[in-house]
Amino acid sequence: MTGSLAAIAPTIPAPQIQYGQLSPMLLVFGAAIAGVLVEAFSPRPLRRTLHLAITLGSLAGAFILTVFLAGSSSLFGGGRAGNVAAVGAVAIDRPTLFIQGTILVLAFISVLLIAESSHEVSAFAAQAAAVPGSAEEREGLLAGISHTEVYPLTLFAIGGMLLFPAANDLLTMFVALEVLSLPLYLLCGLARRRRLLSQEAAMKYFLLGSFSSAFFLFGVAMLYGFSDSVSLSKIAIAAGGNTQSSVLLYAGIALLGVGLLFKIGAVPFQAWKPDVYQGAPTPVTALMASCTLVSAFGAVLRVFYVAFGQLTWDWRPMMWGIAILTMLGGSIIAITQTDVKRLLAYSSIAQAGYILTGVVAASTAGLSSSMFYLAAYGLAAVGAFAVVTLIRDQSGEAGHLSRWAGLGKRSPLVAGIFAFFLIAFAGIPLTSGFTGKFAVFQAAIAGGALPLVIVGVVSSAILAFPYVRVIVLMFFSEPVLDGPAVVRPSAFTSVAVGIGLLATLVLGVAPEPLLRLAHEAAAQLFVR
Amino acid sequence: MSNFPWLTVSGAIPLVGTLAVCLTPGRSAPGSDADRRSRDLLVKRIALVFTLITLGVTIAMAVAFKPGGPRFQFTQVYQWIPQFGVHYAVGADGIALVLILMTTVLMPVVILASWNDAEGSASPAGEAPPKRSVKTYFALLLVLETMMIGVFAATDVFLFYVFFEAMLIPMYFMIGSYGVGQRQYAAVKFLLYSLLGGLLMLVAVIALYVISAQSAVLHHQGSFLFTDLSRVVLDPTAQKWLFLGFFVAFAIKAPLWPFHTWLPDAATAAQPGAAVLLVGVLDKVGTFGMIRYCLDLFPSASHYFTPLVIALAVIGILYAAIVAIGQADLKRLIAYTSVSHFGLITLGIFAMTSQGQVGATLYMVNHGFATGALFLIAGFMIARRRSQQIADYGGVQKVAPVLAGLFLIAGLAGLAMPGLSTFVSEFLVLIGTFTRYEVAAALATVGIILAAIYILWMYQRTMTGPVREDVAAMPDLRARELWAVGPLIALVIVLGVYPKPVIDMINPAVHKTLVQAHSTDPVPPHPATVVLDTAAAHKNGSKP
Repeated sequence: MTGSLAAIAPTIPAPQIQYGQLSPMLLVFGAAIAGVLVEAFSPRPLRRTLHLAITLGSLAGAFILTVFLAGSSSLFGGGRAGNVAAVGAVAIDRPTLFIQGTILVLAFISVLLIAESSHEVSAFAAQAAAVPGSAEEREGLLAGISHTEVYPLTLFAIGGMLLFPAANDLLTMFVALEVLSLPLYLLCGLARRRRLLSQEAAMKYFLLGSFSSAFFLFGVAMLYGFSDSVSLSKIAIAAGGNTQSSVLLYAGIALLGVGLLFKIGAVPFQAWKPDVYQGAPTPVTALMASCTLVSAFGAVLRVFYVAFGQLTWDWRPMMWGIAILTMLGGSIIAITQTDVKRLLAYSSIAQAGYILTGVVAASTAGLSSSMFYLAAYGLAAVGAFAVVTLIRDQSGEAGHLSRWAGLGKRSPLVAGIFAFFLIAFAGIPLTSGFTGKFAVFQAAIAGGALPLVIVGVVSSAILAFPYVRVIVLMFFSEPVLDGPAVVRPSAFTSVAVGIGLLATLVLGVAPEPLLRLAHEAAAQLFVR
Repeated sequence: MSNFPWLTVSGAIPLVGTLAVCLTPGRSAPGSDADRRSRDLLVKRIALVFTLITLGVTIAMAVAFKPGGPRFQFTQVYQWIPQFGVHYAVGADGIALVLILMTTVLMPVVILASWNDAEGSASPAGEAPPKRSVKTYFALLLVLETMMIGVFAATDVFLFYVFFEAMLIPMYFMIGSYGVGQRQYAAVKFLLYSLLGGLLMLVAVIALYVISAQSAVLHHQGSFLFTDLSRVVLDPTAQKWLFLGFFVAFAIKAPLWPFHTWLPDAATAAQPGAAVLLVGVLDKVGTFGMIRYCLDLFPSASHYFTPLVIALAVIGILYAAIVAIGQADLKRLIAYTSVSHFGLITLGIFAMTSQGQVGATLYMVNHGFATGALFLIAGFMIARRRSQQIADYGGVQKVAPVLAGLFLIAGLAGLAMPGLSTFVSEFLVLIGTFTRYEVAAALATVGIILAAIYILWMYQRTMTGPVREDVAAMPDLRARELWAVGPLIALVIVLGVYPKPVIDMINPAVHKTLVQAHSTDPVPPHPATVVLDTAAAHKNGSKP
């Protein structure tokens, strides 16, 4: 009897996992778990050093593996676009590798900022569980301890970010979304100074993030109902035929879009961004402004280019609307900001709008220009936030812009570097911001989105005003009394600022190599 | 020497100068006040030497230029960003060459004249002078020179745009950090105005590229090279939109009425030296852009919009002249006279006649020298009396006769006195306009009468009459100041008497522009030629 049952029951084939192709992600996740073990078993004085070695080492290793994969013939030999690994769950193709490489570089720089410990013990709370203002908190501060859990948390988040744009089915994508989001919610609440603001930011981010995840999941359910599958390529095939009811499809696209656009911070799903950017510890803000944005855009590109690639005419009007709202909303609200981190948050919203104009093009040029813009913007954003961490007074970072008055007179170098980043964000030629903007706008015009580009340049002109105002404040105003001082950065922050500065300049003057890389990466679009 | 990269070298010298200035020890370096002063002096000398070398190179280049040769000379083309079809491409036609020459002549003059501007001086209220970095000011001046040469020399539209926009940044800091009065407001207004115009142009630039990529003439290879783009045939609707994109940017830059409101603020707030570069060179990029890009790339749209542009130009000439009469601030008055003059230049360009365009180009050069001299001498006066108000002066010619005399010559050049250089150009513009647009030319002539009022009345109020107490001790021009404005005044006189060398350089370039713009000079209606004339006009599709 048992024998016949075994004969009837289908044998479950052992899944084929291409460990080699997944190795960058596996390395980061493995390092994250090792980090948890370190946290549990290593004595406190050793922890930071161990964590740093593990974190930076794994990120560098993963980057090398990514570069290696990009040249691997098993993936791209014979003109193939890549491979779908892990039983259809993860797509390893050139755009994925480009985006993952970008994330790894940006994450490496962000971790340098997280590791900064020369201004104070760290940017993170001594004991997250201690109530703000309590005796317990004071003890922790006096003991000079800090949360070293941030390192494994960061690694988990980065692992999620690596998987998010690579996910080839919607369930994997959802899991990646949660893996990247949950550690970020925690990290946001860990600021050492202004803890209530930080906790509030974490709470808001968590609540709104949960809502958006629910939307995402609901969209996945709709699409499953429509196509009987969660795989992107099968959805694309189902969408190509017109036998099923399209109500489920459109509802699915819309709901999925909400979930994805939330992570980007596109208007009208941007409400979390300024609060979270302001409240989170600045190194974490840098991580979110660069890596999370890149990762989320990678996912948007994959979903809309692969699953809905044949429905361009259907989702384009929606994306047009979102892009216009995002560009104008971000730039107009930026004018009224008085806090530098909030200003950078709105600037990041507007930049997301510019990248969306590249996404709308739905072409190889759209893909390559979006990827280039992401890399260029990410590097500048990390650099700008790194500068923000340097300008401090007794109560920590001096975020309010009125405190920045006359900074250019006291610290011309640091103020000059920050001004350079602002000029790059404004898209002035000879900076990476201009090259990026040029690339996406060109793709958009070639794709027939001229009105979108006109809105884009008007928005750029509006957005220039808040940037220019900061420059006026730093250079043309008289210094305020007892204003913030620029602390002398340690090697960590200096390297972060230096890389950002160099990249912003080089990508403005000689962008050819990275453009070519993005171009080649996008040539065959995504693997299906 | 025919393959010598003249343009690249002349653009690179100031850049090397910038580096040299940056490498000198800064304000925070140890040392006493005397050390600091000697360091500042070193910076100024470096800047002066580098601008003089640049001037020498460009003069040699002008000598090597063959007016009868190909349109663009000293060309260099290298791939820069192949993905976008962008080249590092430079080359000069006669128009670009004379403007580059004007720029390099003005630079050492401006540096000499603003020798002591960067430090800032104690305000009349007795406040301590603001602490400002001399080094940064001269570094900005030098880097600006590189960009000014680059913008005229670029023959790739992308490269042109890069310089066009990047130029704003040093000027923005020069006004905002080193200016006077409402400098912050003026700097921001200047930057945002120009940026908006530039961004609209960016859309047109990208659209032009996308269209070029669809064109069979270029084998579907998108390109930004000017010579490639001028071969692409654009359909009339696209031309009109693209023309507007470029033209609005240039009209803001030039500035043409009604886009001019930023200039008086910016020129008033800038130091005199910076104002000279702003009005004398940066604004010329606008009119240069009209003649090089608008006419050449969008010929039919240029014809379509000509009536509108002519109307704006005439309104600008008269409006700005009337407003100038009413100004109480010296620098503001001069700024408005410039707006009026830019109206004349635009009029000459869009008259689409060879006299008009030769006159307009010549005017760009002469205006740079004449208005430059006027700004600088006014600046010397302001530095002595510490006031920009006309009402604070009176009887200066009795205490500082040389200053007053040179001021008068510069002023007379501003109102186009025969014998001075501006007369030649203004006359050519008016003649060139009259053959096609009689009414516009007649109205523009009224502008000259108004010019006499604002210049002479300003001279009368500041220089003549009883000597006011607070100018009684005003010293006359020093040697440094004489060395600065002397060459400009000399050029104004020499080019007034003998403008032929410059005109010879401009003529072929203008001729080629007109051919490209499908325009011919109207022939006077003689009975024997009337039939021929209409036939020719018909053939060329231009409206007489």
